Amino acid sequence: MGLLSKKDRALILDPLTDNNPITIQVLGICSALAITAQLKASIVMALSVIFVMGVGNIVISLMRNIIPSKIRIIVQLVVVATLVIIVDQVLKAFSYELSKQLSVFIGLIITNCIIMGRFEAFALGNGVFRSFLDGIGNALGYGVILIIVGFFRELLGSGTLLGIQVLGDPIAKTGLYSIGYENNGFMLLSPMALITIGIIIWVQRSRNPELVEEN
Amino acid sequence: MSLKNKLHDLKMKYKGTKMAPAFNALHTFLYLPNETTHSGSHVRAADDLKRTMNTVIIALIPCLIFGIFNAGYQHYSAINGFPQDFSLFEHFINWENFVLGAWTVLPLVIVSYGVGLGVEFLFAVIKGHEVEEGYLVTGMLVPLIVPIDTPLWMLTIAVIFGVVIGKEIFGGTGMNILNPALTIRAFLFFAYPTWMSGDKVWVHGAVERDAQIAAGASDVSAISGETILGTLAQNNTPDYSIMEMFYGFIPGSVGETSTLLILLGGLFLLYTKVASWRIMLSSVVGALVMGLIFNWVVDAGIITESSNFYGLMNVTFWEHLIIGGLAFGIVYMATDPVTGSQTNKGKWIYGFFIGFISVMIRVFNPAYPEGVFLAILLMNVFAPTIDHYVIRGNVKRRKNRLKVKTA
Repeated sequence: MGLLSKKDRALILDPLTDNNPITIQVLGICSALAITAQLKASIVMALSVIFVMGVGNIVISLMRNIIPSKIRIIVQLVVVATLVIIVDQVLKAFSYELSKQLSVFIGLIITNCIIMGRFEAFALGNGVFRSFLDGIGNALGYGVILIIVGFFRELLGSGTLLGIQVLGDPIAKTGLYSIGYENNGFMLLSPMALITIGIIIWVQRSRNPELVEEN
Repeated sequence: MSLKNKLHDLKMKYKGTKMAPAFNALHTFLYLPNETTHSGSHVRAADDLKRTMNTVIIALIPCLIFGIFNAGYQHYSAINGFPQDFSLFEHFINWENFVLGAWTVLPLVIVSYGVGLGVEFLFAVIKGHEVEEGYLVTGMLVPLIVPIDTPLWMLTIAVIFGVVIGKEIFGGTGMNILNPALTIRAFLFFAYPTWMSGDKVWVHGAVERDAQIAAGASDVSAISGETILGTLAQNNTPDYSIMEMFYGFIPGSVGETSTLLILLGGLFLLYTKVASWRIMLSSVVGALVMGLIFNWVVDAGIITESSNFYGLMNVTFWEHLIIGGLAFGIVYMATDPVTGSQTNKGKWIYGFFIGFISVMIRVFNPAYPEGVFLAILLMNVFAPTIDHYVIRGNVKRRKNRLKVKTA
């Protein structure tokens, strides 16, 4: 690949696997628990965060030399808040139902620790292009976990994917339901999201023992 | 050559390989191992983990047998009407009841043990440690605390969940925070609430009958059996007398209905010193205190008959002990030595709150007709904290004593 150097590629690919913001750094858990009961909501949330982090990292990186360090957190908050409001308004305009469903959690992207963390740790000290890649990479890493969790929770909890009944109709008893299968209501409750993330962390660390922390 | 030696030979043959823990477990489960330790100092004691577990299982067997007969009794009574002058041998302990009960209860036992031990063996083989006896009691508890018609595939999923998430990820037997049997029960309750509550799941065949009627069968009539707690939660008066509740001829989970047999099992556990009398006593006290508070609230006229809570609050305080799974939970699950408090003072606090919170959940939350499993799981989580402060308190007192001496 000529476009990206090896170092730049690592900025995008590392957060997807060995430095995943959710499973390795254990950040951004709150929204991962709250909105992953449905795959569609997870995807929209992932896209929103990708937008906010990509653009946000660019803006912060552009301003990095003129932000007085004493008020940098406030400046970062203003940037995130602006972007989040844009996302919120776009969702309200084009997908009102979904924005209802995600409710306060779009607004709460502001408090997502991954975003502030990347602003502080990366965008304040790196060039625009690299900051952009870092933002996209981390948001993708976050989104991948969200989508995996959303997939399993919607499939096992409601028997649907993106609202389509893939396992049959639970009321008319077709498909899997005709042989007595039932949806697992526990999957729709937040504790099961936490356990699902825990299982992902478990699988990831047993495949790559280097990731296990020493006490 | 005896089976014991054969097993020993097999064990030696597979020593060091992946399957070693499996043969080892089978051998130690059936017999005493052939080997003796050669070095170091050791204590000779007969009450190893296996003995402890077996003691609890023996204490559970009466409940299981009663559960088998009761399953048949409830089924046939729901169809043919309850007998007018009940006689134990004529109506309860008979061949018909036993056959139907065994046909419905034993599959639960087999699935519970088969799946649970399967997971344990799998983990032992993958992780390379020995299979531990931990599941023996859990496997017996699980079929006793689920409704009779629980579909076997649900039980399978729940057992896998309970053993893996409740126990193995913490490091296996002895390391778990939550009681695995209750984790399984909680999973079933939250995952498949329609199969865990209501008036159709406690009597064998009730769900099936409903399906037949819905499909247009006219020669059968619907059967149902509401638990005492369910009846009370709807502010109705249960049809059962106090003695029936005490002996256990009532609908409920498979093995928890008979307070009498639970009491005998509890006495056996206390006699063998397997269970802690402090936890049992303080749980009973906790339940009674909460019951008395509710009775007082009703007597004082704060809650009137129009209230949703009236039915359960108005239950005479000690009757809470003989309805629902409270007695079973206190005797067999609160006393789990792994997940309960370890210090003596801690056991008093731990037990008291189990009884107290059980009755509170029971009365205040109609969505959770039985609060015992939630109360025990909650206190399981708090047990280490309680112990921590009890020990800290001891350290502080001793330090003060030392100060007085040296001063």
